[in-house]
Amino acid sequence: MFQTRIHGRGGQGVVTAAELLSIAAFLEGRHAQAFPSFGSERMGAPVVSFCRMDDQEIRLREPIQEPDALIIQDPTLLHSVDVFNGLKDDGFILINSTRSFKELGIADFVAGFPAHHVCDVGATELALKHIKRPLPNAALLGGFAAITGTLHMQSVERAIEQKFPGPVGAANIAAARDAFEIAAHA
Amino acid sequence: MLKQTEGSQAVAEAIGLCRPEVVCAYPITPQTHIVEGVGALVKDGTLKNCEYINVESEFAALSVAIGASAAGARAYTATASQGLLFMAEAVYNAAGLGLPIVMTIGNRAIGAPINIWNDHSDSMALKDAGWIQLFAETNQEAVDLHIQAFRLAEQLSCPVMVCMDGFILTHAYESIDVPAQETVDAFLPAFEPVQVLDPADPYSIGAMVGPEAFMEVRYLAHHKQLEALEVIPEIAAAFEAAFGRPAGGLVREYRTDGADTVVVALGSVNGTIKEAVDRMRDDGIAIGSVSVCSFRPFPLEALRGVIGAAKRIVCIEKSLAPGLGGVVASNVRMALRGVQIPIYTVIAGLGGRPVTLRSLSDIFARAGRDELDDVTFLDLNWQAINEQLSRAREARHSGPIAENILKSLNPGGTAPFEQETRS
Repeated sequence: MFQTRIHGRGGQGVVTAAELLSIAAFLEGRHAQAFPSFGSERMGAPVVSFCRMDDQEIRLREPIQEPDALIIQDPTLLHSVDVFNGLKDDGFILINSTRSFKELGIADFVAGFPAHHVCDVGATELALKHIKRPLPNAALLGGFAAITGTLHMQSVERAIEQKFPGPVGAANIAAARDAFEIAAHA
Repeated sequence: MLKQTEGSQAVAEAIGLCRPEVVCAYPITPQTHIVEGVGALVKDGTLKNCEYINVESEFAALSVAIGASAAGARAYTATASQGLLFMAEAVYNAAGLGLPIVMTIGNRAIGAPINIWNDHSDSMALKDAGWIQLFAETNQEAVDLHIQAFRLAEQLSCPVMVCMDGFILTHAYESIDVPAQETVDAFLPAFEPVQVLDPADPYSIGAMVGPEAFMEVRYLAHHKQLEALEVIPEIAAAFEAAFGRPAGGLVREYRTDGADTVVVALGSVNGTIKEAVDRMRDDGIAIGSVSVCSFRPFPLEALRGVIGAAKRIVCIEKSLAPGLGGVVASNVRMALRGVQIPIYTVIAGLGGRPVTLRSLSDIFARAGRDELDDVTFLDLNWQAINEQLSRAREARHSGPIAENILKSLNPGGTAPFEQETRS
């Protein structure tokens, strides 16, 4: 089982990101479960979403305690929410930011992880470029595919296309591809 | 067709397949996506011959369903929590009149304190209104139970609540097979009312009944629920034959063969329980579990049958009878009347508190050593509890409990009333 936890704020598409991951896994013939954890239902409040992927039926219904991967859509959460709680020692960390880990104040922490497991990508910037909106969720999934290798990039693209048909989907896919390239070569 | 979709969406599609003629909708978290989904099906023409009515409250929603059903239409609505309470009078009305309405409950806690997250207090509040209550373990089962529910309701002329855990199921994306229209049509014939308001053949429905006949009407409601104990498994078997997978029924056992400890629970928590059971079985511990699907009627004999020679029962329940203990546990104890084994009540997940594999495993291990109290609240924050109890002892004007607990969860925060009384 591969467990991903996504942190962000209301309005950043955190819930949709988990759903997209689950659709991508489904398209590869795997079982996947995605669900949200809400605090107060308002824009800007911290939101967590979860996605489990497995080759067999997923029966567990608890929030992900020990994620294999973290996607942090909003770096302002890094020091106000315990986003890294339970992360596996060889887990993956993908952060939406163009700042360095040192500037983010987490350089020492991430040094403990395999180098190629940790990455930051300016997904908001990519989203603004392609979609003209600061919605980094789909773009980050491209980075996720690159660093974890747990989903084919093509599955991510098909999932985005399925959820967002037409030009919106195409723009999100373009952003995701850019993120994939950045993460793959980081 | 197998699809990766939100539980609520799949349920909305299932409702559509059942061809309801009247859907009366009022939104409430966490069921809103269901009624929105059904509305979308009516709007885009997928669901034909269905009058979709936006009403002004939940009480109105069920009242409209009652009127529609009494006039011979297949009627559906959905609600949760405060919404179910707001329509409480109508809930009793529908059952008392014997109208085959199907209603989804997106299980959610009842306030105060206000809480939008999952527990079973809403369905439990109305467990004895005379509705059949079915609990879904997965979103697939939620879809399948709704299809069975219309047939069950109409066969018995009794309303049916299909209960699914709010957020945990309603808002979860998973792979769900949504059946084909033809298969549902073959399984679910058109509604043929036992009673109907018809100007061509007029009679009244809803007479006032005095002491001379009320007992008999109530006995017949009881009799109907006992009949449902037979019909529910029949319909589940017919469903499996038609759709190719098991769903529903009275109870579903998991590895109870030779189990010393049997865990009993309703709804989605059974998934996590099965994970715990498998790990403990791998360690050589004789443990099994039972998912109770039909809570009303409560399957006394069926449950007794699967519990067999177990030495102890652990009831994991998302409901509470304050001052008494468990709601489910009391029903389980009734099933095991005459059998002298401990039935441990574990109150878990109230107000959406996560029920974790780790905590369940610990509880099951302690139960196996008979180290549990009669009633345990899972993962309680004893520091916060004890702080509040002290606070209440020390001053009369100790303030609202909910706010005080929240303040004590904030590191460095103190309750406002503490400061006030000290100054």
